[in-house]
Amino acid sequence: MAEPPPRILPSPTAATAPFWQAAREHRLLLPRTADGEPYFYPRPFSPGNLAPGTEWVEASGRGVLYSYTVDRRGTAPAFAARAPYVIGIVELEEGPRMTTNIVECAIEDVRIGMAVEAVYEDVDDEVTLVQFRPV
Amino acid sequence: MRNGRRAAISGTAEWAPQRRWDTPMFGLEAYGKLAREALDDAGMELGEIDGILCTRLGDAPMFAPAAVAEYLGIATNFGEVVDLGGANATGMVWRAAAAIEAGVCDACLCLLPSVPAPPQPGASPRTQNWMMGADAWGAPHGQFDAPYGLINPNSHFAMVAQRYMYEYDLAPRTLAKVAVQGRENALLNPRAIFRDQPITIEDVLSSPMVVDPLHLLEIVMPCSGGAGVVVTTLERAQRTGLRPVVVSGFGEHITHKSITYAPSLTQIPIVAAADRAFAMAGVGREAIDVASMYDCYTITVLVTIEDSGFCAKGDGARFVEEHDLRFSGDWPLNTHGGQLGMGQGGAAGGMSHVVDVVTQLQGRAGPRQVGSAERGYVTGTGGCMSEQVALVLEGA
Repeated sequence: MAEPPPRILPSPTAATAPFWQAAREHRLLLPRTADGEPYFYPRPFSPGNLAPGTEWVEASGRGVLYSYTVDRRGTAPAFAARAPYVIGIVELEEGPRMTTNIVECAIEDVRIGMAVEAVYEDVDDEVTLVQFRPV
Repeated sequence: MRNGRRAAISGTAEWAPQRRWDTPMFGLEAYGKLAREALDDAGMELGEIDGILCTRLGDAPMFAPAAVAEYLGIATNFGEVVDLGGANATGMVWRAAAAIEAGVCDACLCLLPSVPAPPQPGASPRTQNWMMGADAWGAPHGQFDAPYGLINPNSHFAMVAQRYMYEYDLAPRTLAKVAVQGRENALLNPRAIFRDQPITIEDVLSSPMVVDPLHLLEIVMPCSGGAGVVVTTLERAQRTGLRPVVVSGFGEHITHKSITYAPSLTQIPIVAAADRAFAMAGVGREAIDVASMYDCYTITVLVTIEDSGFCAKGDGARFVEEHDLRFSGDWPLNTHGGQLGMGQGGAAGGMSHVVDVVTQLQGRAGPRQVGSAERGYVTGTGGCMSEQVALVLEGA
């Protein structure tokens, strides 16, 4: 039997590095369009109108759980050891939606619409993932 | 009639999905074998084919249409690689029809072989995550979805179901009914992997929860397989022994790749695709005699029924409860058993729905024939409820 693949971690690019650097500092930084609308995920231009450049705005880190599922089996080999765990979509106070895990919460207590806040998982010396927990 | 030409499906080929495929073939070999079977079914000659539609093949990862044409030994006037996942089949059919109507070509192969290649000497087996392209350097989803486990369609569709249940009235039993009635149709399909295994709603609800709220029996079984059709001019199709199936309306709509960034989790892309397809065909929803909807999961079917306009928004559950969806029922759906009942023959899974409706319109469905069917509706759903195609097909 082959070894299970290692945990999947982000490899930041020039366009996304400010987001991941902020996460390292336990801050949630969102890109915004030339019109000032926050969006996610970061691009080197505004999605929808392609206005060049990226401005950044610090987000509150608060939002509500928009939807979720419980991955009971670890549907990819890299996640098998973590199952069961919650994959969720959080709608941030500022509007954009992010993929995340819901942590520090019993699986049976997870509900759509629950208020959540960002917490920061320092995975190693380089990568911090933005996770969410109930407020 | 567009440009004085109409396009029609003339013949089909389909291999029974199998969990373990006994006869490994390279993609080009499998494409050619399917081509022979589809041409034989249509009573057409290889030399008539001047259009190739395919996906990237394992042994032709680049320039695939050229590789296929060369391998088959033909020259073509149209070559197209379609990359719409579960919407590949429906996407191929309308692209072929549009090319034929435009006068670019006269007869196309739309084939989706999906079988394992012979093992490569010296290559070591690896455990791989199925990343849907997110493992490519720079891929946004590799950074913002995959680290959280959102890499398998299961989780994307589960979050659609969960949100739908939050916004609308939908009980787990209703979703289970979709799987049960599909399975009843599968019992009469000799190509269905579950042809010997009837199930009940209780079986579905007591099967293991895989990704809440979806149970194991609400999720397709991944298999190997292959399927496809020949699309040609109506005039040419009329000179075969089979009833031509006119591609009378089509639409396609794509809104996102990962479900997190979808404009809506509960109103799906098929809305625009279906509106366009029915407007093009010039018929209303009531004209449909048989439907075959991409059923990677039970939830896909329920929302596709609703967002295709067969009932009001939010009434999908009531529609499923009020109708008998078996081939013998008042609203025949997925009369081949769906992919849930037949097994998902890899990339060919979406083609099973095209073959299903063509088979019905040609009156070749045997014990599961719906009676005289004039018009059918087919959907394809790719990725994560992200790309959808609607077809209106009509017996000539």
